[in-house]
Amino acid sequence: MDIVLIVKSIIIVTIFAVSLGIAAYETYFERVIAAFIQDRVGPDRAGPFGILQPLADGGKLFFKEDFVPTLADKWLFILGPSISMLTALMSSAVLPFGDTLNIKGQLIDVQGMDVNIGILWVFGIVSLGVYGILIGGWASNNKYSLFGAIRAASQNISYELAMGMSLLAVILVSESLSIKAIVQSQHGINWHIFHQPLGFMLFVTCALAECNRTPFDLPESENELVAGYHTEYGSMKLGLYLFSEYINMFISSAVIASLYFGGYNYPGIDVVHDFLIKQTNDVTGHNIATGIGILVFFLKTFFFIFVFIWVRWTLPRFKYDQLMNLAWKWMLPLSVANLIIEAAAELTPMPFLASWVGLGILFLAYIIFRPLFLKRKLKQNLQ
Amino acid sequence: MQLTDRSKKTDKSDLTVIEKTYWPGVVKGMGITLKHFFSKKATIRYPEQKRYLGPVFRGHHILKRDEQGRERCTACGLCAVACPAEAISMVAAERVKGEEKLYREEKYAASYEINMLRCIFCGLCEEACPKQAIYLRHDKFVPVFSSRDQVIYGKDVLVEDLNDRYERDAWTKEDMAALWQKQKD
Amino acid sequence: MQYLELLKNMSLVQWAFYFLSVTTLFGALGAVMSKNTIHSVLYLVLTFFSISGIYIMLNAQFLAAVNIIVYAGAIMVLFVFAIMFLHLKGDHHGFDNTIFVSALTAVGILGVILTLAIKKAEHFRVDVNNFNPKIGLIENLGDVLYKKYLLPFELVSILFLIAMVGAVLLAKKEK
Repeated sequence: MDIVLIVKSIIIVTIFAVSLGIAAYETYFERVIAAFIQDRVGPDRAGPFGILQPLADGGKLFFKEDFVPTLADKWLFILGPSISMLTALMSSAVLPFGDTLNIKGQLIDVQGMDVNIGILWVFGIVSLGVYGILIGGWASNNKYSLFGAIRAASQNISYELAMGMSLLAVILVSESLSIKAIVQSQHGINWHIFHQPLGFMLFVTCALAECNRTPFDLPESENELVAGYHTEYGSMKLGLYLFSEYINMFISSAVIASLYFGGYNYPGIDVVHDFLIKQTNDVTGHNIATGIGILVFFLKTFFFIFVFIWVRWTLPRFKYDQLMNLAWKWMLPLSVANLIIEAAAELTPMPFLASWVGLGILFLAYIIFRPLFLKRKLKQNLQ
Repeated sequence: MQLTDRSKKTDKSDLTVIEKTYWPGVVKGMGITLKHFFSKKATIRYPEQKRYLGPVFRGHHILKRDEQGRERCTACGLCAVACPAEAISMVAAERVKGEEKLYREEKYAASYEINMLRCIFCGLCEEACPKQAIYLRHDKFVPVFSSRDQVIYGKDVLVEDLNDRYERDAWTKEDMAALWQKQKD
Repeated sequence: MQYLELLKNMSLVQWAFYFLSVTTLFGALGAVMSKNTIHSVLYLVLTFFSISGIYIMLNAQFLAAVNIIVYAGAIMVLFVFAIMFLHLKGDHHGFDNTIFVSALTAVGILGVILTLAIKKAEHFRVDVNNFNPKIGLIENLGDVLYKKYLLPFELVSILFLIAMVGAVLLAKKEK
């Protein structure tokens, strides 16, 4: 068989296993980090430092009774978590985990597939992911589940707009939709975060909302909706929902790392590459350099996973009208402004300087016009 | 009326333009949680790590022996009377010649039983005892039991082991008060 | 036996195409025939999904992705969203004559248009040997859209803007 095909299938299986493994251990780290932030120690009984805790949790979920409520729509009830899991796992296919591997003279991408539409693939899959929640919530035949599902749908649609808009600015600068090309355009330390800090902030906020994580976890807000869309779920079906949420978190972190933090790029990547090639030979040096790149990529991803968890245990939940106001009245206009600034900056001879100047002007305009606007609104209210 | 000197006046002034972006608040909150992330943890990992519960904690019962190793209990029954849960029962017996080494008084408890399902660990037996014979240990819990025949504790469990004598910082109320005073100073 | 031979000789691409076509038709039929509205919408999503698959087979990846994002991901979600609020179980109307006639008319007109379109397409058969397989990729699509068809593109955007403003105006309460 073709060596490329074999290596590629090994890579794909590895990506699959890695995203499942990371999702499992995210549950553990979520609990440990939550405990640390609350001055506790967290799970530490199962195995050394409690590292077998995810297995214990999974085993528990597997052996619980698997039931379907009497009045639920049986097939859709099963379909809901399946779609959630499917879409969560599909999106990691286009993520570039590293540069190329040189095997028997052939360069193979450390990536499931490098498609032309790259980031749109992730985007499309994520937008399909909402069906999992929607179907599950509706099929449960429970009004709280339905509210959770509806909240999830409207929230995802609202934040997808701002997310897409801030994404466009990145695509504009790197001139490609393929995530691999986007990562390559940020070679070395030329990361997009330095060009588009506003876009980065918008994207992270939207990613939090898309993953249904606090402060945007209204679909499962326990003080209003019992448990939201998975109120009626138990056993491994619930497990699949929770698991897909954690996979989504991993995917979002990886996407943020590759869009704004240069993916597998790190400062001095060329120096290290040349040094390794000089020390060993062309093939081994290149492969080791790629390995370091993969490590860097995962470090960035883990950092963002940590940020996601950190945010969850810091910020309180939004109210629903605040959530919608934020999405439509603030994030969407801001992301459009960001897009215009980046597009204009790209036309100038010094895009880096121009984008910062543009953002500065935007900030100044906000500071100057906001009080005026508020005064006018106050006057209107008084009349 | 001021109840505490730690109360702070709520700042009800309008947010500034910068504060209205939420970012200062978010950054501040994240800083606080990060500080706690690295701070010392308050948890005591219980079975491996135990904390000192103080000399007055009421745990496992013990029938003390005196300095010469004789049982102090004289089976007067005051503890059984004082017990609000009626958990204590005993059978008295007369000391015969040759047993002076074993029992301090002329009458002793041939059997002394405490029903641990009934006991509420109130410590009234300890207060009622005129011979300073029964105490509730501060350093040992009554273990969990899973069957009813493990519930009634007889003399075999309750009487103090001479090789492992029970000591504590304060035996009487006066001692305790003195200890508190010493700790306060 | 003849059909079996045919099945044996089909290539992988053909298999994929027939699979997608069957799921498309299955979804479309399900959307029309199922009594439960939510099921209908979900069947429609299946249809969109398989149509996207056909787009990918035509190497029009951008179109496939946008079809999924816009239709399956946004519009149908809004559909489901709206339907979930309405309790449509139970009030199921039978067919009356007007619906039957109008449906028949619509299907007839559509049939005529499709027949004409297919007839017309016969003349524009692509040359298999000189066909550029990258024609559906986003670079070429953008090139065509922003150079050759710039005016219609902008007109469409103005149309959308008007629709949006109209919707906001309708939704806004009168003071």
